[in-house]
Amino acid sequence: MRFWISSACAFALAVLAAATLKNEYYFFAGYTVLMFVVLATAWNILGGYAGYVNFGTPAFFGLGAYTAVVVFKATAAPLVVQILAAAVMSGLLGFATGLLTLRLRGIFFAIATIAVTVIMETLFINWRYTGGATGLQLLRPAPVWPFESYITMLFVVMAAMTVAAIAIARYIETSWIGRGLRAIRDSEEAAECSGVSTLKLKVFACAISGALMGAAGAPMPMYLSFIEPASTFNLNYAIGALASPMIGGTAHYLGPVIGAVILSTIQQVVTVTISSELNVLVVGVLLVVFVVAAPEGILGLVKKLFPRKKP
Amino acid sequence: MTTLLEIKGVSKHFGGFAALSDVSIAVARGERFGLIGPNGSGKTTLINCVSGSLRNDAGSIVFDGRDVSRLPAYMRTRCGIARSFQIPRPFASMSVLENLAVPLEYVVHRRSLHTADTRGEAMEILKDIGLADKADTLASSLSQVELRKMELARAMAAHPRLLISDEAMAGLSSNEVSEVLEILFKLNGTGITVIMIEHIMQAVMKFSQRVVCLDAGRIICEGSPAEIVANADVQRAYLGA
Amino acid sequence: MIFSFELLLEAVVFGILLGCFYAAVSIGLSVSFGLLDVPHVAHPAIMVFGAYCTYLLGQYGFDPILAGIVLMPPFFLLGMGVYRFYYETFEKRGSDAGVRGIAFFFGLTLIIEVGLILVFGVDQRSAEAPYIGKALSLGEMRIPWRFIVSFGVALVLMTALTLYLSKTFTGRAIKAVAQDEGALRLMGADPVWIKQWAFGIATAVSALAGAMLIIVGPVEPSLDRVYIGRTFAVVVLAGLGSMTGTLAAGLILGISESIVLMHFGASWAPAVAFGLLLVVLGIRPQGLFGR
Repeated sequence: MRFWISSACAFALAVLAAATLKNEYYFFAGYTVLMFVVLATAWNILGGYAGYVNFGTPAFFGLGAYTAVVVFKATAAPLVVQILAAAVMSGLLGFATGLLTLRLRGIFFAIATIAVTVIMETLFINWRYTGGATGLQLLRPAPVWPFESYITMLFVVMAAMTVAAIAIARYIETSWIGRGLRAIRDSEEAAECSGVSTLKLKVFACAISGALMGAAGAPMPMYLSFIEPASTFNLNYAIGALASPMIGGTAHYLGPVIGAVILSTIQQVVTVTISSELNVLVVGVLLVVFVVAAPEGILGLVKKLFPRKKP
Repeated sequence: MTTLLEIKGVSKHFGGFAALSDVSIAVARGERFGLIGPNGSGKTTLINCVSGSLRNDAGSIVFDGRDVSRLPAYMRTRCGIARSFQIPRPFASMSVLENLAVPLEYVVHRRSLHTADTRGEAMEILKDIGLADKADTLASSLSQVELRKMELARAMAAHPRLLISDEAMAGLSSNEVSEVLEILFKLNGTGITVIMIEHIMQAVMKFSQRVVCLDAGRIICEGSPAEIVANADVQRAYLGA
Repeated sequence: MIFSFELLLEAVVFGILLGCFYAAVSIGLSVSFGLLDVPHVAHPAIMVFGAYCTYLLGQYGFDPILAGIVLMPPFFLLGMGVYRFYYETFEKRGSDAGVRGIAFFFGLTLIIEVGLILVFGVDQRSAEAPYIGKALSLGEMRIPWRFIVSFGVALVLMTALTLYLSKTFTGRAIKAVAQDEGALRLMGADPVWIKQWAFGIATAVSALAGAMLIIVGPVEPSLDRVYIGRTFAVVVLAGLGSMTGTLAAGLILGISESIVLMHFGASWAPAVAFGLLLVVLGIRPQGLFGR
């Protein structure tokens, strides 16, 4: 119950901000932060709970973005339809990738997801319909009532998706599905011998995680009014999605949220004031420091400092 | 007595190495069955083939009249085959109680997830095994004997008809050995068939009604504990004469 | 698509030269990942680091190959250090080492990559040597000498490593550690020490591979991203830890990449390694020459 009240409050706050703030920069920045929260939350469903590292966030994210563009170009369907289509396509990609490689050890899956990313990028570089390597300029349609600016609308949509993603992750974590995934991470063989259909569960987690990443990617082309393969399938999405849960903590659904907020805030500050390379360096150093010194992330540290309080 | 598990002509190769060749064993319902043999004789490979962690290359494994050789491990657990591991494999990030909740949720309550009293049932099993006071302890902080007991408890939570105990007493003190032995006797008393793999001869001989000895992937002897002890081949296999 | 026999022949010749080079850049990974089971995704980044070190030594007049050989001892020590750190922090602790181990090497990759950008900038760098820029003419075909040189170095490197692993005591111990740690312990060898040594060798080999990287073409800090796919594709296709397999897999990748490059164009080439990798993982994960 407390979860739903705080989620509703957070979402109401986002809507209130959308209604009152006039400076579009906040929504531009806020959108990116929320997007990384969704990506990190989605990543954690497979990576954190089941322990399978996914480097392929850009593949799922990018396929979602391109699906939205194709749907928009072909049918001019509204944003909601684009997002749903993106989720379905990326979910299918997750399903296929999972089926192909999740019966193997974790490192093979990790490498395979890099492969899927490059293959996706190559496909869209060579597909004329979406503009090939040079990309496609997109004309934003008018925002839907009651919104006055398209960016504000995208911000509210992303806020809704954030709440949805966290709610899904929370449901998985606290239900029998999450217990099964954690059993897989702790000992796959023991899980299987305890009746857990490990392959099915992993493929399910991979598909859900992929679908959420795809949904997060769907509004991106409209956000930029532009789509192009190199930046859409950029490794930075993989870095953010992986590093956030590792830094925030993978055991609890709040871990990726905390990690993503911290990382994308650092990104905003460092990229704007110094350089985007330095930002990657900061993320890399934080990632290594946390996996070495604080394997349970910020949430683990908080638990250690305040042993009785539950985060 | 009727047969519960029938292993028919099972073979398993790893590359050019024959880990099991043409092994046939029948275990009766409610039996206490011992499986012995020197290191590398194929005991664990055989158990892995029965529980589904490995697939046998030839032969078949029939459980309760059904050929399970091609079923994945989780389906065999749902059919009623449960096991413990030679090297304990706890779900280390979970409490003892949650460890038991996994088989309870995935085997027993698959169709009544939200109404079932998982906690209560898990506590019952833990009480039987003598781990009730550790229910909320993290599995990673258990002692060796507690880990062994938890593995047995977790296997029991799957409501098995056949329990395979893979060296559940290795590395335990003699007091602890008799504790675990007592648990296994108690479980067998409730009608569960038990296959015990063990190096501690005293324990196997005390527990089993019938014993099979494997050496280099073949059965070299089968019989009552007394017959096994007296058998020349068994002595040769163990002493390496 | 225009098909011609000459074009195909040229593609195959280039493919063989390229394939040997791919095998050579993958052989370090074949030891560290294939034999030692370390999720070493930072392997290509260390190689690019080696290429930049070669570039630096080149500024003082070192020939790239000589520079690569000079770099081997310090890289050996670096590798031993990295493995010891990895072992103490992840392998020893056991549970959940997989995820954190991969994340650790991924973080290392980012740090090396950005470190190179901060020091050298994003521009391409290349090495200078008498054989770079010239080509050997064989009838219609013109084969750049840099490819022939890297081909030669690759063959020598792979022969030396294969001999080392099969003829010396330590080499055989490295192969044994991959299969049965317990047996090795019984023989009185410390498996951790053997692994550390082997990781050092793998890293030293990567230094020379880095030198070959800058011989074959100009390098940039983000070049490692391309080679993650190629090196892992070769190692997986080969069957983990198989040296002859690595050469065969390198040739398969090199020839298929060069055929795709000539017949379909450069925009499809990056997907070849990864497509091959996915197919192998899906159909025959133990590789062509796997155990």
